[in-house]
Amino acid sequence: MTQAHRRLAFSATGVLFAILGLGALLVPFMTIAANRIVEGDGMRIWNIATPSATLPGLAAVVAGLLLGLPDNMTRARLAGAVMGLAGLVWLLVQGAPALLEGAGAYARVSPATGFWCLLGVFLLLAADALAGMAPGPVMRAELLATAVGVLAAVLWSGALSDLSIMQEYASRRDAFLAATWQHLGLAFGSLAAAAALGFPLGILCHHQIKLRSMTMPVLSFLQTIPSLAMFGLMIPVLAWVGATFPGAQALGIAGIGFAPAFLALVLYALLPVVGNTVAGLAAAPQAARDAALGMGMTPRQRLWRVELPLGLPIILTGLRIVLVQNIGLAVIAGLIGGGGYGTFVFQGLNQTATDLILLGTLPTVALALTAAIFMNIFVDLTRTSTDARND
Amino acid sequence: MIEIKGLTKMYGDVKAVDDVTMTVETGTITVIVGTSGSGKTTLLRMVNRLEEPTSGEVRINGTSTLSVQPHILRRRIGYAIQGHGLFPHHTVARNIAAVPNLLNWPRDKIAARVDELLELFSMDPVQFRDRYPADLSGGQQQRVGVARALASRPDLMLMDEPFGALDPIIRARAQDDLRRIHTKLGSTIMLVTHDMDEAIRLADKIAVMDAGRLVQYGTPAEIITHPATDFVADMVGDVERPLRLLSLIPVSQIMVDGPAEGAAIAADASLRDALSACLWTGRTAVPVERGGGPIGHVTLDAIRACAEFQP
Ligand SMILES: Nc1ncnc2c1ncn2[C@@H]1O[C@H](COP(=O)(O)OP(=O)(O)O)[C@@H](O)[C@H]1O
Ligand SMILES: [Mg+2]
Repeated sequence: MTQAHRRLAFSATGVLFAILGLGALLVPFMTIAANRIVEGDGMRIWNIATPSATLPGLAAVVAGLLLGLPDNMTRARLAGAVMGLAGLVWLLVQGAPALLEGAGAYARVSPATGFWCLLGVFLLLAADALAGMAPGPVMRAELLATAVGVLAAVLWSGALSDLSIMQEYASRRDAFLAATWQHLGLAFGSLAAAAALGFPLGILCHHQIKLRSMTMPVLSFLQTIPSLAMFGLMIPVLAWVGATFPGAQALGIAGIGFAPAFLALVLYALLPVVGNTVAGLAAAPQAARDAALGMGMTPRQRLWRVELPLGLPIILTGLRIVLVQNIGLAVIAGLIGGGGYGTFVFQGLNQTATDLILLGTLPTVALALTAAIFMNIFVDLTRTSTDARND
Repeated sequence: MIEIKGLTKMYGDVKAVDDVTMTVETGTITVIVGTSGSGKTTLLRMVNRLEEPTSGEVRINGTSTLSVQPHILRRRIGYAIQGHGLFPHHTVARNIAAVPNLLNWPRDKIAARVDELLELFSMDPVQFRDRYPADLSGGQQQRVGVARALASRPDLMLMDEPFGALDPIIRARAQDDLRRIHTKLGSTIMLVTHDMDEAIRLADKIAVMDAGRLVQYGTPAEIITHPATDFVADMVGDVERPLRLLSLIPVSQIMVDGPAEGAAIAADASLRDALSACLWTGRTAVPVERGGGPIGHVTLDAIRACAEFQP
């Protein structure tokens, strides 16, 4: 009786995921094209290889969707998500060489709508299951490391090297590595610069209401400038600086390239850094701030001993926002010769080579996601050691 | 000795404190009492320069507070802020150790002092030392706040409604504790409250504030028997005046020799307690004891005589 009862308890999200996932099985899972420019022909999941090759993957996908159905069984749902993801990889690994066989030297295979939908469904299912398990910071760090490790191992093994995006990568390995460093340099460098400027400015604003009421509107305004316009604006400004100040050009300051992109990112980053520093410093209870002065702390001692430790989670949250935002925005640097993954995106757009665009966007998304999760873990760690006690 | 001379604080057009002059003797408890918004907190905060006066000055033992840097001045003055103001990210021990830390006391001396203070406030050091403020009850938080203010053994203590969050029973105990600690340490205490009962119980002298002005400054007995204004009379409460007067006088003061019937009361209990005992048990006299043995008795007539108005 209770068994029957439990079997009936379906999770609403699980049912939704299952419907979406089963629907996605009906649309093309991969495409095969004559070369890297033309549009490919869609292939449904049962057509990409022999039935004996696709069946294990298909079974894993269906089983994964079904495991997501029961309510109150978060471990089963997580297992379902992992199983589904493994099934998807299996299907790609089987499908790519099978489709390429006899298709010509320039033929390309790529994942198609069906694959991307199923990937989304299983990632959401995993996120849903993890939210239900509410793992602590350490556990989340382990999960993140595992996910990154498995992804790296799959890519490294060469099992997916028949996919078009991996062929795009293979033909510009060095450029990809350089773009990775540029992208990280843009995102983390601008974060560091914004922090170096923003913390002191935030601390000053915390003490001087007048300065705050002047600074915050300016920073908010900067934030509202559309990103393309901002990068565009930097070109004449830095071209002028490069032409006017002797030595500036030697430092690499010119109208296009790394410098204007970097500056634009720093300007975007200032509002979250300054805003969250001000908010964080004000987060200490007024009575505690008052008591600190009342017992004989100097304003500087109060800042270091009371206000900063209590505001740290909020300040770090600001850094997280900046990091994720800048990883995304740094793509636009590609447009003004600033390097980074954006280079591939804009090259791909010019050549209408979809997989080259993906070579720029997928690493960007993965990087942003990893950074966000990592920073969240970090914020949580500081929180447990400070103001969680205050709840 | 703390001399407050013509102290005034304006917030815009509002006179929060209006030309207050008073002298606090060394080693006494002075209680500043008044309704909410009457300027008590502001007056107290001008003593340690958390607020700078608009005019007037404060001298401590003859030296103007303006002649010392504020943070140096404040390290010598204990301050228990209204609403405890504990640091949420520090343990109880680290909170209490805050001022000794600022004064660079050696580590073992600080640890010993923390335990001593926790015991003084009836909190087991082993149990409470490493807790965080959020894990304490409101009353415990407030006691830790007071302990923190006492930590460096300051000669002068400023306490702003230190027992505000306590329920009546714990509050009475905390007041007794404070008197006991004060007798032991002999420091000068200025304490703010809106509760006249608390003022009468604790004070050597009471300062009554009304709308920023000091309207009366005198001993509890003076305040009860000769209120200077209607406002002070209101604060004391007309009907309760005789009882309040009795609560100031210890039984030993009007005790006479000889035995009496029924349960005894302690020699240091107040006449109010003795009256209560008479009325409750229908007696006309109660025996008085000290250290477990009878030493005399008080009569209802004698108590009544003490409560009568003598102009
Ligand atoms: N920082 C301030 N700014 C403006 N007005 C204030 C400030 N602090 C206190 N006041 C005003 O001064 C008066 C006295 O306040 P306070 O000393 O806190 O009274 P109490 O402690 O007796 O309740 C009140 O009217 C209050 O509104
Ligand atoms: Mg007050």
